[in-house]
Amino acid sequence: MEKTTESRWAQLWDNFKFPLLSIFLAFLIGSIFIILTGNNPFVAYYALISGSMFGMSRIGETLLKTTPLIFTGLSIAFAFRCGLFNIGAEGQFVIGTLFTVTAGYIFRDLPAPVLIPVILIAGALGGGLWAAIPGVLKAKLGVHEVIVTIMLNYTALFLTNFFIRTSLNPSTLQGDVQKAHSVILGENARLSNMSDLMPIFGNSSLHTGIFIAIAAAFVMWFLLYKTTMGYEIRSVGSNPFASEYGGISISKNIIKAMFISGMLSGLAGATLVSGLTFKIDQAPASAGYGFTGIAVALVGKNHPLGVLASALLFGILANGERKMQIAGIPKEVVGIIQGIIIIFIAGEAILQYFPDLKKKFRRKGPKTEVAEK
Amino acid sequence: MMIIIMAILASTLRLATPLIFASIGGVFTERSGVVNIALEGIMIMGAFFAILTFRYVPNPWVAILVAMTMGMMTSLILGVLAIHLRANQVVAGVAINLLAGSLAAYLLEVIYGRSGQTDPIRGGLSRSPEALQFLNDIPVLGSFFSGLNPFVYLAFIVVGIAYFVLFKTPFGLRVRAVGEHPKAADTVGINVYKIRYICVLISGALAGLAGASLSIGAVNMFREGMTSGKGFIALAAMIFGKWHPIGALLACLFFGFAEAIEIQASTLGIGWIPSEFLRMLPYVATILVLVGAVGKAVAPKASGQPYDKAHH
Amino acid sequence: MPHVVEMKKITKKFPNVIANDEVDFTLEQGEIHVLLGENGAGKTTLMNQLYGLYTPTSGEIYIHGKKVDIKDPNVAIGYGIGMVHQHFMLVEPFTVAENIILGSEPKKGIRLDIEKARADVREISNLYGLQVDPDAVIHDITVGMQQRVEILKALYRGAEILILDEPTAVLTPQEIEELGIIMHRLTDQGKSIILITHKLKEVMALSDRVTVIRRGKNVETLVNENTSVDQLAELMVGRKVNLEVDKMPREPGEVLLEVENLKCHNNRKVPVLKGCSFNVRAGEILAIAGVDGNGQTELVEVLTGLRKPESGSIRFAGKDIYKAHTKDIIEEGISHIPEDRQKRGLVMSHTLAENSILGSHRKEPFSKNGIMNYPKIHEYSRGLIAEFDVRTPSENVAASALSGGNQQKLIVARELMRDPMMLIASQPTRGVDVGAIEFIHKRLVEQRDHGKAVLLVSLELDEVMALADRIAVIYDGAIVGLVEGSQATERELGILMAGGSLNKTAEDKEGEHGKNN
Repeated sequence: MEKTTESRWAQLWDNFKFPLLSIFLAFLIGSIFIILTGNNPFVAYYALISGSMFGMSRIGETLLKTTPLIFTGLSIAFAFRCGLFNIGAEGQFVIGTLFTVTAGYIFRDLPAPVLIPVILIAGALGGGLWAAIPGVLKAKLGVHEVIVTIMLNYTALFLTNFFIRTSLNPSTLQGDVQKAHSVILGENARLSNMSDLMPIFGNSSLHTGIFIAIAAAFVMWFLLYKTTMGYEIRSVGSNPFASEYGGISISKNIIKAMFISGMLSGLAGATLVSGLTFKIDQAPASAGYGFTGIAVALVGKNHPLGVLASALLFGILANGERKMQIAGIPKEVVGIIQGIIIIFIAGEAILQYFPDLKKKFRRKGPKTEVAEK
Repeated sequence: MMIIIMAILASTLRLATPLIFASIGGVFTERSGVVNIALEGIMIMGAFFAILTFRYVPNPWVAILVAMTMGMMTSLILGVLAIHLRANQVVAGVAINLLAGSLAAYLLEVIYGRSGQTDPIRGGLSRSPEALQFLNDIPVLGSFFSGLNPFVYLAFIVVGIAYFVLFKTPFGLRVRAVGEHPKAADTVGINVYKIRYICVLISGALAGLAGASLSIGAVNMFREGMTSGKGFIALAAMIFGKWHPIGALLACLFFGFAEAIEIQASTLGIGWIPSEFLRMLPYVATILVLVGAVGKAVAPKASGQPYDKAHH
Repeated sequence: MPHVVEMKKITKKFPNVIANDEVDFTLEQGEIHVLLGENGAGKTTLMNQLYGLYTPTSGEIYIHGKKVDIKDPNVAIGYGIGMVHQHFMLVEPFTVAENIILGSEPKKGIRLDIEKARADVREISNLYGLQVDPDAVIHDITVGMQQRVEILKALYRGAEILILDEPTAVLTPQEIEELGIIMHRLTDQGKSIILITHKLKEVMALSDRVTVIRRGKNVETLVNENTSVDQLAELMVGRKVNLEVDKMPREPGEVLLEVENLKCHNNRKVPVLKGCSFNVRAGEILAIAGVDGNGQTELVEVLTGLRKPESGSIRFAGKDIYKAHTKDIIEEGISHIPEDRQKRGLVMSHTLAENSILGSHRKEPFSKNGIMNYPKIHEYSRGLIAEFDVRTPSENVAASALSGGNQQKLIVARELMRDPMMLIASQPTRGVDVGAIEFIHKRLVEQRDHGKAVLLVSLELDEVMALADRIAVIYDGAIVGLVEGSQATERELGILMAGGSLNKTAEDKEGEHGKNN
C-alpha cells in the first residue's frame, strides 16, 4: 500500500509531463513569432533567461514578479477544486489593494508589527468579500460565476479609480494637490525589502511577501487535503450530487471556496501594495495578475505545490520579457506564449484520460470509438 | 430635446450593434451545445484585422470580409478544442481570449511599430450609408437616421436571418436538436460534430463582424482593450434573451441604451454622477440582468457538455 | 430464401473488453426474434453494430443475402433498419412531429415543410395504428405515447427491420401486452422485429425465436415452443439460478417510519407525489413497487433530504424529520443506497477510501475538530472492502476504476456498516451482475433479520416479490395498494401499478391460479 519514492517520482512525471510538453511546444511556436520579427529565437530566449535568472539581483526581481502570481494562482486553483471558475481574481486583487490602502491610512498610527498584519488581513478580506458576491449568487440563485466575475472585474476597477480620485486622494486626506494616485502608505505599513535583510539581493525590490506567498501554498495544501472542509470542497467540485447525498452543503461550500479564493487574490494585491508600490494608481485597465493566475493554476494542475512551480515559470517570463524587449524582441511574444500554453493545457485534459485518443484522432472523421467501462 | 432623444436612440443602436452580432453568434453555438466564452477574443481579432486590412486595401467591405474570416479561424481553435478534444469549454474560451489579446498586441507592435493603438484610417464605415441618405431629410427622425452606420442595418438583417434559419429551416431544427439531446440527433444520422463546427464558425464570423463594427464602424482605429468586455456582455444578452435571436436583440438594445446613457450623461443633466459610476453601469446592469433572468432562463440541455459518441 | 438479416462471427473489441466474441445471429422475415442476456452480455452492442452506431472489429453482416458495410445510422436506415433505444432519444422541447422527421425533414425550398411533416405523421400513425398527436410536445406526453413516437420514427424512415432495445422497462404489464399487439400487427404487415430484453416472462410471451447471449458469446438459439423460463434463465446465466431468496418469516417490530399524505413537486414544478402515505416497521422489508415515473424517485429524495416536500408529515422513530437536512437524516440513523450510484452514490474521482466515509466524514474517528484522520479512514475502508468482497487492487484506486457491481457493493458496504436503524435501498441491484445481486439481496434480508427497517424501492417485480414482507404499490404519486408479500401475485400488482383496482370476483381468483404457472 505504501508508495515507494521511485513510484512517487513516476507519478509526478506522469502528472506534469503534459504541462511540460505544452510549455515546450509553446516556446517552439513562440520562436516562430520571434523569427517573423526578424530576430533569433535563441537570442530572445537567452535574453529571457539571463534577464530573469543571472545574478541574485535578477533572481530577486523574478521572485518579486512571482509573488502575486503565487497568490492568484492559488486563488484560481482553489476555486477550480470546488468546480468554480474564478475569472474574477483580477477584480478581487484590485479590491484587495483598495482595502489595503484604506486600512493603511485609517490605522496609520499603529506600530508596524500590528499594522502590517492588519492591512494584509484587510486586503484579504476585501478580496474575499468581492468574491463572495458571485459565490452567493451561484450558491443561492444558480447564476453562473463566469460572467458575473468578469463584470465585477470592470466594476472593481472603476470603483477603485473613483476612490483614488476622491476619498483616498492625497488632496482629500492630506490637503495635498490632486494626484493620480492614492495616499501613500507610511513606513510602518510596508513589508520589509529583502535587500535590506539580505544584501545579496542587490537592488531588487523583492520583499517579504514572498514568504507569505509560499506559506499560503502550504496552508492551502493542508486545507485541501487534510481537513474536512477540504474534503467537502473537493467533493462538491468533483460531484455535487454525491456531495449533497452525503449531507454536504453545496451552497455553503461554494461560498466558502469563493471567499477563500477571493482572500488569496486579495492578498496578492495587499502584498503588492505593502511590499512594492505603497500606493495605488488610477489606471485604465487592471494589471493582469488575475488573468496570468489562470494560466498559473492550469499549468500547476490546480495543486498548491504545482502552482508554486508554475508561478515561478511565469515569474521568469514576466521578468525576462523586459530584457527581451531591450534585445529588440517585442515583449508581446511572451503574452502569446502564455496564451498558447493555456490552449495546449485545455486540449491536453482529454489526452490524459484517453491515451489512445491521440492515435484515433488521426483517423478521419468524428467516429472515435473509445473504451466503454 | 427631441434632438437629444434622437441622438440617444441612434447611439443606442450603434452601441448595441457589435453586441447584437456577437450575441447572435453566441446563440448559434449555445443552441448547438457549445459554450463560447471566446467571443471577446474573436471580436478583438475582428476589430484589429478590419483596420489592418483597410490600411492596405481601402475597401471597407474587403476589410469586413477579412475580419470575418479571421474570426472564423479563431473560432475554429475553440471548435477543435471543444468538439474534438472535448476540452473544458470555459477554459478553452478564456485561453483564446488571452491569446487574441496578446496576438493583437504583438501585431500592433510588429506592424505599426508602436503599442496601444493603430494609426487612424480614413473612410471607414462610420457614416450613414449613401444609398439611404434620403432618410436624413425626414424632419425629426432625420437626425436619428443620420446617426446610424451601415452595420446597424446589417445587424437587424442578421437577426432576421438568424431567426429564419434557426426556426424555419431543417438546419435550424438540427442545431436545436443537437443542443438539447445530441445522442438523439446522432441516432437519426445527424452529424453532431459537423453541426457544432458550423455553428462555431458562424459565431466566429459574426463575432469578427462585431469587432469590425467596433473599429471601422466607429472610431476608425484599433485600440488595445477597445472591446472592454463587450463579448461577455453579449453572452449575458444571449442569456437574458433566452437564447432566442429576437430576445437577444432586445437585450442588446437594453445594454446599448445603458452605455448610451453613460456617454450622454452630461447632456442629460446627470453629469454630477461620477464618471466611474456611469462607466460601471453596463457591467452592473449585466449582473442584475443575470440575477433576474435566473429561474426563467433555461439553457439548451446539452450546453457545455462535450459530445462523446461512445459514451452515453 | 435468404435471411432478412444475417450477422456472421461478429466480434467487437473495446480497449478493455471484448463485447462480442464471434457472435452469429439471423433474423427471418416476419418473426419476432428475442435477443436475451444479462446486463452487460453484449446484446445492445451487437445491435448497435447492425444500426451503424458502432462498426464491427471483425465479422460480416448480410441484409437479404447481400453483404453490407454499415458505417453509420444513415446507411442502416437506407437498408430499412430502424432502432428504438432503451433510453428514449427524444428531444423534449420539440413536438411529436418534429421528433419523428428529425434528420429526414421534408423541405419546401430551404424552408422546413412542417405542414407536410404533420400530415405525414398522421398518415403513418393511422397506417400502423399507433396513436399520437403530432403537435404535442414530448415533455408533456405519457411514456407510452413517447414509445409510440419512437417506433413511428423508425417506421417513418421506411424501416422493415425493427430493433427494440428493452422497450418494456417503463411499461406496466398491461402496456406490455399492448406493445405485444402492436408488434404482431407490424409483423403481419411484413416487418421483422428484434427484441432485446433480459426479462424472461416477456420472452416467453412475445417471441418466435430466442437467441441467448452470455458474456459476449452465443449460447444457443431456440424456438419459443421448445423452451421455458427456467431453461432460458439457466442458459442466460450459465448455471441453475435460484430466483427465490431464502427468507424466514418474521414478526415485525414497532413502526419506525411514518409517512403521511406526503406531497411534492418534480423538477418541472409539477406535482408528482400527491398524498403518499405508508409506514415501515423494524424487522421488515417494505417494498415500493411501481412503474418508473410514478413518484418513487422523488419519494426517496424527499425522505433523504434531497428534495423539499410541499406538505405532509414524515416521522422517524417518533421524531419529526419533515424537511430535515440530509446531514441530520444520516445522523438519525437512516442510510441510503441511491438509485444512481455514479451520480449520487460515489465521487468517481475520489479514492475508495474517501468514498467509504462519504456521509460520515465529519464524525470521529474519521475526523476531529475539522482535521481528517486518514490512517483511520484507510483502515476502515480496507475493512469494508474485505467484508463485502469488493474486487479491487487497493483502497487507493479511484472509484471510477471499479466495475458497476463492485461500485454498488462498496456503497452497500458503506451504508450498512453505519449500522443504521433504517435502510432505504433504491434500485439496489440495477446494472449489477447476478453474483453481486445475490450478495446484496442476502445483506438486505440480513438487515431485516437483525431488526432493522428496510424500505426497498425497485422497478423489478421479481426482486420485489422475492424480498418483500409487504408490498406497497405506488401509482401517480400515491400508494394505491398494500399487499402481503407472501400473497402477492404479478397480475394483482400489475393491475395496481397501472392504476386499476382489485375488486375480485370468484372467476378472477380461479383464473389467477391458472395464469400463475
